[in-house]
Amino acid sequence: MRRDIAVTCLAVLFIGLSYGAIAVASGFPLWVPAAQSVLVLAGASEFLFIGIVAAGGNPIAAALAGLLVNARHLPYGLALPDITGPEGPGRGWRRMVGTHVMNDESVVFALAQDDLPGKRAAYWACGLGVLICWPGGAVLGALIGSAVHDTGAFGLDAMFPAVILALIVPDLRDRLTLRTALAGAAVALAATPFLPAGLPVLLALVAVLPLLRQRPPVVTAEAGAVPKSGATPESGATAEADGATPSAPGATPSAPWAIPGADGKSGEQSVGAR
Amino acid sequence: MKDTTLVVAGMATLAAGTYAFRLSGQLLRARISFPPRAGKLLEAAAVILLAALVATTALTEGHGFSGFARPAGVLVGGVLAWRKAPFLVVVIAAAATAALLRLAGVR
Repeated sequence: MRRDIAVTCLAVLFIGLSYGAIAVASGFPLWVPAAQSVLVLAGASEFLFIGIVAAGGNPIAAALAGLLVNARHLPYGLALPDITGPEGPGRGWRRMVGTHVMNDESVVFALAQDDLPGKRAAYWACGLGVLICWPGGAVLGALIGSAVHDTGAFGLDAMFPAVILALIVPDLRDRLTLRTALAGAAVALAATPFLPAGLPVLLALVAVLPLLRQRPPVVTAEAGAVPKSGATPESGATAEADGATPSAPGATPSAPWAIPGADGKSGEQSVGAR
Repeated sequence: MKDTTLVVAGMATLAAGTYAFRLSGQLLRARISFPPRAGKLLEAAAVILLAALVATTALTEGHGFSGFARPAGVLVGGVLAWRKAPFLVVVIAAAATAALLRLAGVR
């Protein structure tokens, strides 16, 4: 488990490197990715914020889009047992830090453990590791990015969409998700010539509407908890593929917004690697 | 960066709101039951937002087409990511493809 956490944190460091480099290449001073990485500590939303603002969008609208991406932390908190404190919910600084380091990785590792002490240990180890690696990578990346001036010649403008794409690929393997994502992308592209920057991305959300009308799937888990071992047809394949590439840190982190266990992917990954 | 004050306000909004999400789930845990379906919907919405971000940043610049080099690089990165290449390989291949195409005169 420790090795898996270390590999995950290393991958976070690499994503942080590209985040910092992309932020300064997009015209932000170093302190923006540095402060964001510490204070927000949620990669996908930070990428989204930087992307919308760099395209000329309103920073408040960009923050709201980022919050939509981060809304998944609410079900995370619902799914976790009391792991932010030694006895029951923690108090004071422990509660605050423990809450702040709630992220995709720490939640996935915590849910994969069997007993409460194990869950707490995994949660804190991974949470604090990400708290160090994500900002560290972002600052390093920003320093490297500052040294490069002609970003087009080095293809740095292609890095940002490639990073986001790599992060959502695990989700896109689900056919329904792929279809709605493509529909959303098409809406955004069609709207780009006509709408102010930043809005086309938000307009893409209309693609979620058809999902609202679908019949809810049969839920087997107890109410109030995210099912821990959601078995999907692809979970076995994912774990198998993981076993084949244990030395690829970049392939390890699941999409940072996946609900752990809700689709079986995230949970299976850490289990499969053990 | 055009307006530092506004950007700082946006950053503060994102940071405070994210912390509120992290805290409220724990506080609500004992009081409400949250349907897993809502979690799935949130997840789908997040993926849609990010996919739209990929499409617009890869293919457009301002209100027009970005040229061929950038989306070609992103496509190479996407194919590599689909084939489970390491993250670093994906990112470097995307940048290198765009850079080489530009070196060859493709815009």
